[in-house]
Amino acid sequence: MPRLVSHPDEVKIVSRRFGQGAAEIDKYIELGGYEAAKKCLAQGPDWIINEMKASNLRGRGGAGFPTGMKWSFVPKQSAKPKYVLVNGDESEPGTCKDHLIFLHDPHAVIEGMIIAGLAIGSRVGFIYLRGEYRYLLEIVEKAVADAYAKGFLGTNIFGSDTEFQIITQTGAGAYEVGEESALMESLEGKRGVPRIKPPFPAVVGLYGGPTVINNAETIATVPHVIAMGSEAYAAVGTPRNGGTRLFCLSGHIERPGVYELPMGYNLKKMIYEVGGGVRGGRKLKAVVPGGSSTPVLLPEEIENLGMDFDQVGKAGSMLGSGGVVVIDDQTCIVEFALRTISFYQHESCGWCIPCREGTDWLKKSLTRFHAGFGTAKDIDNIQYLADNMMGRTFCPLGDAAAMPTLGFVKKFRKEFEAHLDGKPCPFAKHVELAVV
Amino acid sequence: MSPETMSVFSPQLSERFDALVKKYPVKRSALVPMLLYAQDEVGYLSDAVIAEVAERLCVTELDVRNVASYYSMLRFKPVGKYNVQVCTNISCMLRGAYDLFEKFQDELGVGHKGITKDGLFSLEEVECIGACCWAPAIQVNYAFHDDLSPEQVPGILDQYRNKASAGGKSA
Repeated sequence: MPRLVSHPDEVKIVSRRFGQGAAEIDKYIELGGYEAAKKCLAQGPDWIINEMKASNLRGRGGAGFPTGMKWSFVPKQSAKPKYVLVNGDESEPGTCKDHLIFLHDPHAVIEGMIIAGLAIGSRVGFIYLRGEYRYLLEIVEKAVADAYAKGFLGTNIFGSDTEFQIITQTGAGAYEVGEESALMESLEGKRGVPRIKPPFPAVVGLYGGPTVINNAETIATVPHVIAMGSEAYAAVGTPRNGGTRLFCLSGHIERPGVYELPMGYNLKKMIYEVGGGVRGGRKLKAVVPGGSSTPVLLPEEIENLGMDFDQVGKAGSMLGSGGVVVIDDQTCIVEFALRTISFYQHESCGWCIPCREGTDWLKKSLTRFHAGFGTAKDIDNIQYLADNMMGRTFCPLGDAAAMPTLGFVKKFRKEFEAHLDGKPCPFAKHVELAVV
Repeated sequence: MSPETMSVFSPQLSERFDALVKKYPVKRSALVPMLLYAQDEVGYLSDAVIAEVAERLCVTELDVRNVASYYSMLRFKPVGKYNVQVCTNISCMLRGAYDLFEKFQDELGVGHKGITKDGLFSLEEVECIGACCWAPAIQVNYAFHDDLSPEQVPGILDQYRNKASAGGKSA
């Protein structure tokens, strides 16, 4: 069972009900649940969208797109049904926050969906969970059934003449399905291959209808924004980065766990104070700030780094999915880079050639390199391959593989050079035999 | 439905499928969950499973195979009663996932994608399972075990051996 952690610096908004049995609908209501949805039902769509815009809530899946803006793109009139889609495919390595939301607070997701449905005029929503989260799917399915029984979902929600239905769906193991258009393909019973954009999902999405797709954390935040008011929520974070975020501290850290901290919280403080520092009193070598697809940061780069979308972007990386992976000085960066690229190679669907070929060759090059058979030319070649993947694919998987690789080579070139010409890896225990 | 394919699923699963097909605005949306639930019961996607799912959803068998081959959890070959999936992705790797995987290999005497002779266990190295903060983590079928060390491996395996001899159903 995932362990809950806490720290005095936390501002608990999304995680407020964690560990309190709020998966039970009566407990959720007792803790103030479903009041926000009722309020939204009375206020109407324009008010909801304005509140969401004013809250500066940005997508928690990784891209950080303003949620209110996203909702406002959905056309008011549509010949086809509109849909609300919750992305619970959580599969960016280093990220496990939605795991806790579905486990401890599934009704927050349901309530957030009702509000999103009211905002865009949708009558059907889907919750898509990754296949590995079967026990969480069962919790969510029970929560949905309970909400129907109370009349919070169905043809007359909260006794009004508004309809909202929720359908749950399981994936079956695919990282790429976390990309919005791939998720829609998967939900339509197809291979999770991304679609070309435009048209964007807000106009042509699931089953061809206008669709709002949000990350589970984003949707679970929505009722809290309504309950506490957009101004109060925005005030917690930094400019243009409203509220808090669930940060997943993992890797070589003393106290790993999911912590809810205000946007813009200093990364160094997060590691040393909230997380208790590097495990075993070792030295920090590098940090992956937002899931495995984000470029690595060096200890000197995190000194004054506030963790919000804009500041991390300025530092040359991404806030991403909130997965902070801490790496100590006993780690081989080449091995870490190889493990990272192996994942993307495994998950590439092969639809776009730069990604299919790029991830494969990067894996081959890094395997050879790590085994001590690399040449100086390989380092430039790795960079050349990664450069040629950037921005040349339908979905961001190609970028997600190229970005961290470029970061590792740029920031740890010396360590790559230390692997040259048959020298054994200075750190690693697990050296695979080169296959090329 | 043809007589040959009628016996593939239990009545309970059949009932579940009837409900699934009606659940979505478009019938085909039931495909991935149906394959996964069928696999949970039958153990893998046999020819008969694929044929029946195709028939129930009015799509071709090729279509079903084409979709199924995309998803890493769907398989065309049997695995052990308890499929041990060890995550070795970055967060788990940094906290000793490869040592854990080696310990499982030693204890079970099989490697990646291997099945023990008695058919009780199979072993698999998998990608991120979403338990990064509680690493290293594994899944045995759908059950998570987290914050593990190699010393705990024999105990975990015994737990499942006992479960099997008690005639318990897979977790």
